Amino acid sequence: MKSSHTVIIGNGISGVTTARHLRKRSNDPITIISGESDHFYSRTALMYIFMGHMRYKDTKPYEDSFWKKNKINLRKDWVTKIDFENQLVHFHQGNPMKYDKLVLATGSKPNKFGWTGQESLGVQGLYSLQDLESMEAAMKRGVKKAVIVGGGLIGVEMAEMLQSRGVEVCFLVRESRFWGNVLPREEAEMIGHHMVKDHHVDLRLEKNLDSIQADEEGWVKSVKIKETGEIIECDFLGLTPGVSPNIDFLKDSGLDLDRGIMVNEYLETNKENVYALGDCAQFLRPPGKNRRNIEQVWYTGRMMGECLGKTLSGNKTPYKPGVWFNSAKFFDIEYQTYGWVFPRQEEDQTTFFWKHPKKDIALRLVFKTQSNQLLGVNAFGIRLRHQLLDEILSSKGSAREFLRYFKDYVFDPEFFTNHGREIVKEYNQEFEDFVELKSKSWNRIKTVLNKNLR
Amino acid sequence: MKSIKQLGLIIFLSGLTLFTLISFFGSFSLSQEGFEKVLTPKQINNLQGLASENLLNKEYRFTWQLASDFKMIFEESNQNLKAEESWSKVMYSDPNEISGNLAKEAAFGMVKDWRWLWFFLSFGFGIIGALMYMLPDLKLLGKPGIKNNHIYQRNVTNRGWIAWVTMFYLIGFYLLLYFFPYLLTNQILLVDDVSLALSGNPASRWFLYGFMYTVIMGTMAVRMFIKYRHSPYQMVRTGVVFFFQLGFAFLIPEILVRFNQPYMDFKNAWPLNYNFFFEWNINNLIANGQMGQFMLVWGIVLAAIIVPVFSYFFGKRWYCSWVCGCGGLAETLGDPYRQHSDKSLFAWKFERWSIHLVLVFAVVMTGAGLYAFNSGLDQVLGIGVHNIQKTYGFLIGSIFAGVIGTGFYPIFGNRVWCRFGCPLAAYMGLIQRFKSRFRITTNGGQCISCGNCSTYCEQGIDVRWYAQRGQNIVRSSCVGCGVCSSVCPRGVLKLENGPEEGRINDNPIIIGHKHASLAKPSLD
Ligand SMILES: Cc1cc2nc3c(=O)[nH]c(=O)nc-3n(C[C@H](O)[C@H](O)[C@H](O)COP(=O)(O)OP(=O)(O)OC[C@H]3O[C@@H](n4cnc5c(N)ncnc54)[C@H](O)[C@@H]3O)c2cc1C
Ligand code: SF4
Ligand code: SF4
Repeated sequence: MKSSHTVIIGNGISGVTTARHLRKRSNDPITIISGESDHFYSRTALMYIFMGHMRYKDTKPYEDSFWKKNKINLRKDWVTKIDFENQLVHFHQGNPMKYDKLVLATGSKPNKFGWTGQESLGVQGLYSLQDLESMEAAMKRGVKKAVIVGGGLIGVEMAEMLQSRGVEVCFLVRESRFWGNVLPREEAEMIGHHMVKDHHVDLRLEKNLDSIQADEEGWVKSVKIKETGEIIECDFLGLTPGVSPNIDFLKDSGLDLDRGIMVNEYLETNKENVYALGDCAQFLRPPGKNRRNIEQVWYTGRMMGECLGKTLSGNKTPYKPGVWFNSAKFFDIEYQTYGWVFPRQEEDQTTFFWKHPKKDIALRLVFKTQSNQLLGVNAFGIRLRHQLLDEILSSKGSAREFLRYFKDYVFDPEFFTNHGREIVKEYNQEFEDFVELKSKSWNRIKTVLNKNLR
Repeated sequence: MKSIKQLGLIIFLSGLTLFTLISFFGSFSLSQEGFEKVLTPKQINNLQGLASENLLNKEYRFTWQLASDFKMIFEESNQNLKAEESWSKVMYSDPNEISGNLAKEAAFGMVKDWRWLWFFLSFGFGIIGALMYMLPDLKLLGKPGIKNNHIYQRNVTNRGWIAWVTMFYLIGFYLLLYFFPYLLTNQILLVDDVSLALSGNPASRWFLYGFMYTVIMGTMAVRMFIKYRHSPYQMVRTGVVFFFQLGFAFLIPEILVRFNQPYMDFKNAWPLNYNFFFEWNINNLIANGQMGQFMLVWGIVLAAIIVPVFSYFFGKRWYCSWVCGCGGLAETLGDPYRQHSDKSLFAWKFERWSIHLVLVFAVVMTGAGLYAFNSGLDQVLGIGVHNIQKTYGFLIGSIFAGVIGTGFYPIFGNRVWCRFGCPLAAYMGLIQRFKSRFRITTNGGQCISCGNCSTYCEQGIDVRWYAQRGQNIVRSSCVGCGVCSSVCPRGVLKLENGPEEGRINDNPIIIGHKHASLAKPSLD
């Protein structure tokens, strides 16, 4: 068989996972292209570089020699255009490159909503290494007060980053609660409270950005709030109202685009031998119940990469994700979620929420009112065992079962207090139930864990 | 708050400066009495004449002048004896060590007379200053949580010049301690009263070392308590490891001596405690009645039963991070430098060679010693047992474990010795790797490959490499400090003891997705 050259645009988690899984199964040439960095690094760790927890090189998941050893060619350049007719990739600097199969894994770019003054200096999002550099440059110039617009995960990270450098942070959030479009009320309030009380963030809820004012040098000096007309002075403005697929260079190329690059469940685009995955891909049909048609998280990019790597090696594999999960950290509060927990429950669903009386530790369960089937779990300040949650949610286990074996589910380090007793007690009181908390059993845990062995 | 911190730093540095400069203070004059007290009859016999001429009752400003005179007459006497071929009279002891003991006897004047004042100004200032520097962090660093901000932006923790100076200072201190103890005469004098109170004996350089070790570990443990107060695992571990240092390594041995029992650190297991099976130690224990015999049996039980059994149940962490003195210092004084461990594959390869070679060396040395002890010969295969032991003591015991082990903290990380050199760690590592219930469980697919775990692993384990592919971490070198688990922002890692079945999951399925795994295609 003739060997075929796979060219992957984007060296993020999606592109790199594709390459790795393809390489496991095939010896054909692979090239990964990125304009951002020479090597794959962890985008999720950008904040830690800024805060001094790590250096850039510590965020690279593989040693630099890994790529050569695995015969994966790397090229650092920006792709400006793709000629699908002749199967050529055109670059900003170097010569065009021929491909047999093309993978588009170009990720996202920060949203900007056409605010007046948004091109001022000191106004930026946070997505790339270049963004990090410009933040550093702003710090060098001197930043005393920053405003951040958009209450999502990247916004909190930016707030934490800026505060680590002694910058005062004012956080404008459109919703009536922090991350209110994702978190139920109690959780959103707890996080908001943590930010305000423990980290002195000036959190302004239900506030939208109206316009941005700059000084004579063109550097941001203040922002105006739409609702109140209030002017907030600042010398840095972080824009983090979400991200959208990074596909501008593909406009009018004949590739089927909407918000992202349109793909089917095999991650195939409308062009033959051209695939897209990760943040930049948009599914024709959402990949599962409740799932969005653009999934912009690390884990989904990785899972899509696993599938595409297989597909490219001749073993056609659809992207069929299992139970949803995600995690994040809001300053000091760790958050994990499994299954579906929405801000509001549907008619036939019931929710149970427990919070530690003093600490920011909380647990929420969502389950079917009739059958008690567990649908989703939010955990704050409690680590849970992913495998066990995956098992109970996919096998339609009940909330009662989860609570009964709560001690098996907890993944906190040794010597941490287990709150199972209080949680079960509160559940029993609230629902007039008689769940009995069992002690931890390795036998039970083992059976589930070992299912994932081969 | 900030000003308390700064004042603390100034006080600490004054204490440290004084502690260092005190080597230059005081005066020294050796009396006949002191001379006789320190030396053996044979030495007195050899040296008396020369000493009366050019050592005794002479007034010195500095210890090294006294030492240089002593070493001169020592050499001269030995040369004469060799020339006369009076071989039996030739002296083999270390003149540096004797000089130290003589200098201590010879001391008089302002340091000796004002010991408590100097003690307070050096140790007291050091401790008070350090605490003033660290305690405000309770407030300044904010709520409990990960406190790694600016580690790579600060000179001290990012291999800046302060780190280099610290490294050379530490190395210098160890070199003096091991090889030129007479330069530390005044420092030893300062803790004389403490030693007298504990064991009834005047302080030796080893007492000074043990005292400093304990004080530094205790002070830096306070820093650990503040920094990791969100993690009960870290709090308990730090408390326990300091307890073992204070009780087992420092107080109990001194108290044993007070009651005329052999000096013994009951937690110090062979082969880290490499001279446990040396002839002199065995003889000493046997000669010391029931207590001595108990100690001998305990030492054997510890190394042969307790160490492997505990390592089976808990992994080697039970020792390395909870009990051991070297580990204890690494986890307290060394914590600010943990990120400097080398994570490269090359370092891993080097580690496996070096640590196992040291283990082999220790085993061979001990075997040779025991063979000699049994057979009454002092040579094995033509090599002097004593020479093997001396070489080991110098290369491994002093240079590797001490000078490099601690000296290298600020630049190469806090576990250089534990990772590359400790034979006990190698021994327990084999158990941990092949027959143990301990593992670090990886939490399904939750890893975001951020790299915090690998960065802060003091043993240079690329934890992320395992975590991001959903694989448990089962590595011989893991000392179970638990910091990878603490710093992980996504709750991916858990140190735990559980059934052996499934502990090593080489080809895990990354949870969250039913179709794909890293397994080879043939297995799919
Ligand atoms: C600050 C931050 C924190 C985050 N934290 C989390 C988290 O905690 N958990 C989580 O699940 N997700 C998190 N995310 C989201 C997650 O990082 C993304 O979903 C993921 O990185 C997407 O991976 P990808 O491979 O699809 O794209 P990317 O990682 O964006 O990679 C695409 C690459 O392609 C390059 N590229 C694009 N166009 C071109 C071109 N024309 N020519 C050359 N190169 C090009 C880009 O420069 C980029 O390097 C975070 C994102 C950010 C920004
Ligand atoms: S792997 Fe984790 S627990 Fe083990 S030594 Fe490294 S940081 Fe400590
Ligand atoms: S710290 Fe946690 S999330 Fe980050 S790489 Fe390590 S295991 Fe993964």
